[in-house]
Amino acid sequence: MESTPRWLKVLDYITATMFIAAILMVFFYAPTEAVMGAVQRVFYFHVASGWVGMLGFLTTAVAGVVYLKTSCRIWDIVGLAAVEIGIVFVFITIVTGSIWARPVWNTWWTWDPRLTTAAFMELIYAAYIMLRQGIDDPDRRARFGAVYAIIGFVSVPFTFMSARMFRTIHPVVVGINQPGSLGGFDMTPRMLQTFLFSLLMFTFVFADLLWRRIRLGLLADKAAQMKMKRNE
Amino acid sequence: MSGGAKAYFKAIHAIVWKDLSAELRSRELLSSMLVFALLVILIFNFALDLDIKIRSTMTAGVLWATFAFAGTLGLNRSLALEKDRGCLDGLLLAPVDRSVIYFGKAISNLVFMLLVEAIVLPVYNFLYNVNLFHWGFLVTLLLGSLGYVIVGTLLASMAVQTRTRDILLPILLFPVIIPVLISALKASNGFLQGLAVADILPWINILIVYDLIFAAISFVAFDYVVEE
Repeated sequence: MESTPRWLKVLDYITATMFIAAILMVFFYAPTEAVMGAVQRVFYFHVASGWVGMLGFLTTAVAGVVYLKTSCRIWDIVGLAAVEIGIVFVFITIVTGSIWARPVWNTWWTWDPRLTTAAFMELIYAAYIMLRQGIDDPDRRARFGAVYAIIGFVSVPFTFMSARMFRTIHPVVVGINQPGSLGGFDMTPRMLQTFLFSLLMFTFVFADLLWRRIRLGLLADKAAQMKMKRNE
Repeated sequence: MSGGAKAYFKAIHAIVWKDLSAELRSRELLSSMLVFALLVILIFNFALDLDIKIRSTMTAGVLWATFAFAGTLGLNRSLALEKDRGCLDGLLLAPVDRSVIYFGKAISNLVFMLLVEAIVLPVYNFLYNVNLFHWGFLVTLLLGSLGYVIVGTLLASMAVQTRTRDILLPILLFPVIIPVLISALKASNGFLQGLAVADILPWINILIVYDLIFAAISFVAFDYVVEE
């Protein structure tokens, strides 16, 4: 079995160090928000994990297009890897968002466009995984996965737009999107620094996880080939 | 019209004709969609207690939920027929562009969907005394059904080739189709409530843009879905 590449190990260490630094920044460097108090600190990782989720789904859609163009197996592995990461991180976003929403909006959930879109995104990519599980032929699985990833990704902005219009035509009860609305706040320089660092850190987490998951996919392929050879 | 385009449309016409005449003989697909649609409406009657007050605001929602559920029956059936009896392989052997098959299937699915709607609407009208024959409502119905079958035909042709088959289609289809359902629902509701057209137009625009973009994607992607 081949060993972990050196650069991947380096990336592991950098990511872990940044992770610890970001946690310290969130708790000790960033000031406590005046109105919402300590719960606002969830914001830094909340937005950052949402960012990773979107990055994951974007990667899958791009990998899908490249796969259909080239039929090169690696892009299918990349697509699946990115979807798995995306699902986990959007879920983290939803959970941290609920933790934030409970004290600030006095509810765990509202049908705000972002929340609605996040929920449907999770369902789209759950369907993606189920679609793949229903197909035995790896070639067809990759093709169908790629097609569905593209369709799913293109539909996301439409869902967001229609969910947003759904609110604006109706009277807005909890104006979450409007500037200065409930839960909105101005960031101090320290908050902004913490926020940007969290984003950067999570991007490193994404790269690290993606690299590891792709390696796992390649190894799984190799294992499947060995099994086939032994059975022959 | 050039000869190529003529042949293209002729081939689409042939596929639609095949589907319609097969359906005319068996009536399997339409009858099951229709009975299912009526059952869903009856269930909604009790689930939502459709009395005179809420009827006016609920009608569009009930109808679109009904068409969305009944539609998956039709889509599954229409593509499963091709797959099971090896008809799809036969179609693929025909010396025509693959997109012809897609558009042919999509158009016949649209016809089935519209036929079911054409029967369900008067029945709904009769049962609940809500006048549904408003031109804007009918246009919305057409645009919404179009978006539904554009994506539905592509996803159904994927779903029938998987192990889980019929149960997979709604799971694949609904999260992607949700913008169509939301905008069609809001637009229909707007027309039925007599809102100004300017207020409803944004929803119609979303429907049109969605239909166009997904028709283009399906046109390209269908090749990869039926490839062997």
